[in-house]
Amino acid sequence: MSIDNGADEQNSDILLDMRNIHIEGFSDEQWHPIIKGVDLQLKRGQIMGLIGESGAGKSTLGLAAMGFARAGCRFTQGEVNFEGTDLLKIKPSQRRKLWGTSIAYVAQSAAAAFNPAHRLIEQTIESATRSSMRPDNDSRADAIELYRSLQLPDPDSIGLRYPHQVSGGQLQRVMTAMAMSARPDLIIFDEPTTALDVTTQVEVLASMRQIVEQHNTAAIYITHDLAVVAQMADVIKVLRYGEEVEQADTRTMLSDPKQDYTRSLWSVRSLEKAEAKSEDIVLSMQDVHAAYGKVKVLHGIDINLPRGKTVAVVGESGSGKSTAARVITGLLPPESGSVHFNGEALPPALNARTPDQLRKIQMIYQMADTAMNPRQTVEQIIGRPISLYHGLSGKQKAARITELLHMIELDESFLDRLPAELSGGQKQRICIARALAAEPDVIICDEVTSALDQIVQEGILKLLLRLQEQYGYSYLFITHDIATVKAISDEIVVMYQGEVVEQGLKSDILSPPFPEYTDLLLSSVPEMDPDWLSNLLNARTAS
Amino acid sequence: MSEPTEELSTYTAAAEVGAVRVRRGRFERWWLALKKAPLSAWFGMIVIAAYVFVAVFAPWLAPYGEAEIFRTPFAPWDETHRFGTDQIGRDILTRLIYGARNTMGIALVTTLLSFLIGGGLGLVAAINRSWLDQLLSRSVDVLMAIPSLIFALMLLSIFKPSVLSLIFIIAVLDSTRVFRLTRSVAINVVVMDYVEAAKLRGERLGWIMRHEILPNIMPPLVAEFGLRFSFVFLTIAALSFLGVGIQPPTADWGSMVRDNASMIQFAQYDFKAGITPLLPAAAIGLLTVAVNFVVDWFLHKTSGLRDEH
Amino acid sequence: MHPVFITIIKRLGLGVLTLLVVSAIIFSSVTMLPGDFGEAVLGQAATEETVAAFREELGLDKPAVVRYFEWAGAVLKGDLGTSFSGRSASGSDRSRSVAEMIGPRLKNTLFLAGVTAIIAVPLAILLGLSAALFRNSWYDRTVNATTLTTISMPEFFVAYVLILFFSSLWNVFPSLATVDPSMPLGERLNRIALPAITLTLVIVAHMMRMTRAAIINLLASPYIEMARLKGASRTEIILKHALPNAWAPIATVIAFNLAYLVVGVVVVEVVFVYPGIGQLMVDSVSSRDIPVVQACALIFAGTYIILNLVADIIGIVTNPRLLHPR
Repeated sequence: MSIDNGADEQNSDILLDMRNIHIEGFSDEQWHPIIKGVDLQLKRGQIMGLIGESGAGKSTLGLAAMGFARAGCRFTQGEVNFEGTDLLKIKPSQRRKLWGTSIAYVAQSAAAAFNPAHRLIEQTIESATRSSMRPDNDSRADAIELYRSLQLPDPDSIGLRYPHQVSGGQLQRVMTAMAMSARPDLIIFDEPTTALDVTTQVEVLASMRQIVEQHNTAAIYITHDLAVVAQMADVIKVLRYGEEVEQADTRTMLSDPKQDYTRSLWSVRSLEKAEAKSEDIVLSMQDVHAAYGKVKVLHGIDINLPRGKTVAVVGESGSGKSTAARVITGLLPPESGSVHFNGEALPPALNARTPDQLRKIQMIYQMADTAMNPRQTVEQIIGRPISLYHGLSGKQKAARITELLHMIELDESFLDRLPAELSGGQKQRICIARALAAEPDVIICDEVTSALDQIVQEGILKLLLRLQEQYGYSYLFITHDIATVKAISDEIVVMYQGEVVEQGLKSDILSPPFPEYTDLLLSSVPEMDPDWLSNLLNARTAS
Repeated sequence: MSEPTEELSTYTAAAEVGAVRVRRGRFERWWLALKKAPLSAWFGMIVIAAYVFVAVFAPWLAPYGEAEIFRTPFAPWDETHRFGTDQIGRDILTRLIYGARNTMGIALVTTLLSFLIGGGLGLVAAINRSWLDQLLSRSVDVLMAIPSLIFALMLLSIFKPSVLSLIFIIAVLDSTRVFRLTRSVAINVVVMDYVEAAKLRGERLGWIMRHEILPNIMPPLVAEFGLRFSFVFLTIAALSFLGVGIQPPTADWGSMVRDNASMIQFAQYDFKAGITPLLPAAAIGLLTVAVNFVVDWFLHKTSGLRDEH
Repeated sequence: MHPVFITIIKRLGLGVLTLLVVSAIIFSSVTMLPGDFGEAVLGQAATEETVAAFREELGLDKPAVVRYFEWAGAVLKGDLGTSFSGRSASGSDRSRSVAEMIGPRLKNTLFLAGVTAIIAVPLAILLGLSAALFRNSWYDRTVNATTLTTISMPEFFVAYVLILFFSSLWNVFPSLATVDPSMPLGERLNRIALPAITLTLVIVAHMMRMTRAAIINLLASPYIEMARLKGASRTEIILKHALPNAWAPIATVIAFNLAYLVVGVVVVEVVFVYPGIGQLMVDSVSSRDIPVVQACALIFAGTYIILNLVADIIGIVTNPRLLHPR
C-alpha cells in the first residue's frame, strides 16, 4: 500500500477491515485467482472509490466486503472484519442478518435487479421490515421521505409502481432508497451509473452523494470512470489484475498519482488532435428522414464529412446517431432525403449499390466480438475483402494481408488465430484491418472504443489518427464520449432526438456560446476535478 | 489475463495479452475433449459404435436368414437358437441383428430427411424474415398443434403403411421441430454484426449462408440431430409396436415386441422365455439412452453454461 | 379495456383459429383417400349401387368446402359421423355411430389420465424443485441420470418390465387392464395400477427435468441475487421472489406434460388392452375406419390445443408487465 494511514488511526473508527483477501473463480474446469491478496480498510462514514478496468476484480472485491462470493467463485484466504466480526467465519444465517440491514448493495443494472412481480415500495422496505427495526407503516413513510430526498418525481406514489413502469435513472435512485431503507452502516455501489446517459448520470450521482452524506453512511463506490469516482469518494483505490496498484485520498490521487498505470488511466484525456478545416466534402447527408416501421427516428438531418478529416457525431442513446450510419451504409433506406458520395447520389438501398460504392464506404463496429465470425481465422477475415474487391489470390493476397497486419501494428503470428484468441484491442485492430483491406475513402466508426479499457482506447485512437495522416481516410466517428471527441475530431455534429443540434469545427462547438442541449450535454460530462459536481450543481441552481 | 509485465513505455498492440490458448489441431482438440469425457459419454459412444457395427455387418453376424422359418415356434433358448424362436418359428437372434439394421437405418434416413426439409426452410425463414417466414412459421405452429404420434396414426390410416410412407410422414412431421430450432438459432446469428458486415461487403446470400451462418449454428444442430434421431427412432418403434409401422416380414424391434409379448406370461415357468420379448425393447432403450448420454455431454461441451436442453 | 383482457382475447382467438385449421386438416384427410376406397371398405363383391350409395353418404359428390362445414357443424352438435365397420358388400348396414363408440372409451381414458396426473404432477414438481435447489448434489445427479434413462426408454419397454415383475413373476397387479362401468372404484384402481404407474414414471421423468431447468433459469436472475444480498432467507427467496415469477414456466411445463400424457396413453392402452380411445384409434387405423380415426384425432388435438391455451393464459395473467401496463 502506498499510503500509510495507520499511525494516528483510531481502531474504533474502522468499520470494515478486509485483510489479505484471496478469491478464485471457476472456468475451463479450473480454479483461477481473481483477487490476489488485497487489503481494504474503511472508516465510518468514509467513501472509498474502487477503480480499475474490466477484469480487475473490483466487483468481486466489492461483493467480498459483504462476505459474499458469486456462484462459481470462492474465498480461499483472508478475513472480512465488519465491526469486529469476521464475516467469513460466522454462519450463513448470521451473515444474512447483516445483509440489507447493516451492509446494503446497489447493483449496476437496476432494471434487472428489481423483481418484476412486486411494487417498488414493497421491495424498498423489505430489509427494514424483516429486521423489524420499525413497524411497516413507519418504513413506508420513511421510504417516501427517501424518495423525496432522492428527488424522485411524485415521491408519494412512485413506490406503488412496478419496476417496468419507471425509467432507468429513476430505478437506480429507487435502488439507492432501498439500500438506505434500513439505514445501513455501509453501502456497496457497483457501477450504479454505468448504464445511464451522461445527462441522467449527473442527477443520479448528485442525489446519491447527497443522501450518503446526509446519513453519514460509509460506502464503497465501484466504477471504471475516474472522473465519476472523483466526485463521490474520499479515498481511491486502484485495482489491476486482482491486485492493488495504489491507494490515496482523492485529491492526492488526482494531482499526484504514484504509479504509471494510474497515470495511464486518464491519459486518453490528454490526447487531442489539432483540428483542420476543409471544404472538400466527400460524403454528405441531405435532409434525411428515416424510420423503423412507424417509429420516426431521423427528422431531416444534414451532415457533411470533409475529405481526409474526422467528423464526430455525438449524442445520447436514442439520438439517432447510429441510425444515421445505417442510412449511409444503405442498411436502412431513408424515407426521404439523399446521401451524396463524391458528389454523386448513392442509391438508397444496399442491394442497388455497385461493389465499388460498397468498397469505398467501410464500417467498424463497437463490439469487435460480434463483428467477426468466431469460426474464421484472422487470415480469412482480412483476406475476404481482398479477394472479393481486388481479385487477389495466392502470394499476392498473402503479401497484402501481411502488409495490413503491419499497418495495424500486428504481425504474421496472428494469421491463424481465431477471434477468441485475441485481446479486446487486437480484435478491434483486426476489424480496422478488414476495413482497410477494402481500400476505402470513408470509414464509419460506430463507438469503436467505448467497449475498451483506457490504455487500449488510446492505442486504437492513435492508430486511427496515424492511418488518417498516412492514407487520408475520412472518418465519421460516432460516440457518446466527449474525451474521445476531443482526441480525434476535426468537426463535431451534436444530435438530439433525431435532429442535428449543430455541426461545426471542434473549437467552435466546444466553446461558448452553446445551444441549450449542447450546454447540458457538455456540462454533464464528469471532469477530473473533485469539485466539479458541486460547482455544476451550484451553477445549475443559480441559473 | 496474465501478469502485468509490460511497461507502458514499451506498449505494443501485439504484446497485449488475449485469451491465448495453445494452438492445437482439430484432431488433437477432439482427442483432448474425449479424454475428459465423463463415463456416461464413453458408455454412450461405445454402445453406438457396437450398434453401428452390428447394423453394417448384419448378414455376416446373423446365424440364419432374416425371414427363415423353423419348425418349432416359441422354441426355448438353446444352442441352435440362442434366444429361441418367435411365434412362427423365426430365430430371435437373427431377427434382432437384422432389426438393428432396419430400425436404425429407417430412423436415420427419416432424421436426415427431416433435417433437410426443416433445416433448409428454417435457414431461409431466418434470413428472409418477411411474409415467407410468417407463412412457414404459422404453418409449423398449426402442424405442431397436433401431437405427432396422433398425426402419424391418422395419416397412416389413409396412406397404407409402408417403409416409404412411414419415412416420409415422420420426416415431415418431425421437420417442424427442426425448423423451429434452426430458425431460432439462425436468427441469433443473422443479427450478428459480422453478418451485417458481410452484407455491407456485398456478399451473395448463398455465400453468407455457407460461410457466416452455417458454421456458427452447427453445434446446436448436431446435438439436435442426436435428440431428433432418438425421438424418430422411438416414434417408429412405437408405431411398429402398434402394428401400423414397419410391416412383416421385415425384421424390426418394435413389431418383435408386439409379436412376442404374450411370452411374458411364461416368465414364472421359464424365465428366459419370459424376457425374450423384452430383448428388442431393451435394444431400443439402450440405443436411445446411449444417444442421449452422448448428446448431453456434447451440449455441455459446446455451450458451457447450458444446463438443460 | 385492460390490456390483459385484450391479450387473453387475442390468445383465445388464436386458439379457436388453430382448432379450426386443425379440424380442417383432419377433415381434408378424407379427400386424400384413393378412389377405390368404397370397394376397400365394402369388400370386392360390392355392387356399383352400394358403392355409389356409400360415396353419396360420405358426400364425395359435394364440394369439399360444403362438406367441411356440414361435418364441422355436426361435430359441434356432438355428431361425429358413422363408423365404416359393420358394413357389407350387400349394402346392409350394421354400423354404429362414432359418438356412441367413443363415449364410454373417452371416459376410461380420462380416468386413467386423471389418476396418473394426480400422482405425477405434484411428484414431478416436488422432485424438480428439490433437484434445482440442491443443484449438483449427489441427489441432483442421481435424479438427473435416472430421469435421462427413463425418458430414453420406449413406454412399452417400461410397461412390459412392470408386467414381468409385478404381474408375471410376482402377481400383485393384473396385466390386463380390462374395466367396465359396473366395477367398484377400488377394483378399477387395482386394474389400472400398472398402466398408471407406467405413465407416471415416464411423465415424472420428463416433467421433473423441465421443472428443474425452469427453476434454475429463474434462480439465475439478477433480482434473485439482489434478494439474497438484501438478506432474504432461502424460503423467502423461493416463496416471495421466485414463485410469483414461476407460474408461467411451471404452467407451461404442466401443460406440455399433460399433453404428452394424452399421447403416451395410446401405447400404454394397447399394451394393457385398456378400453380407451387410444386403443380404439389404433384399431381403427389398422381397419382404416376413417370416421373413428378422425374423431379420435380431433379429440387428441383438441385436448392438446386447449392445454397449451390454458398454460399461455396462466402466463398472461401472472405477467406483471401485462397486469400493470405503463
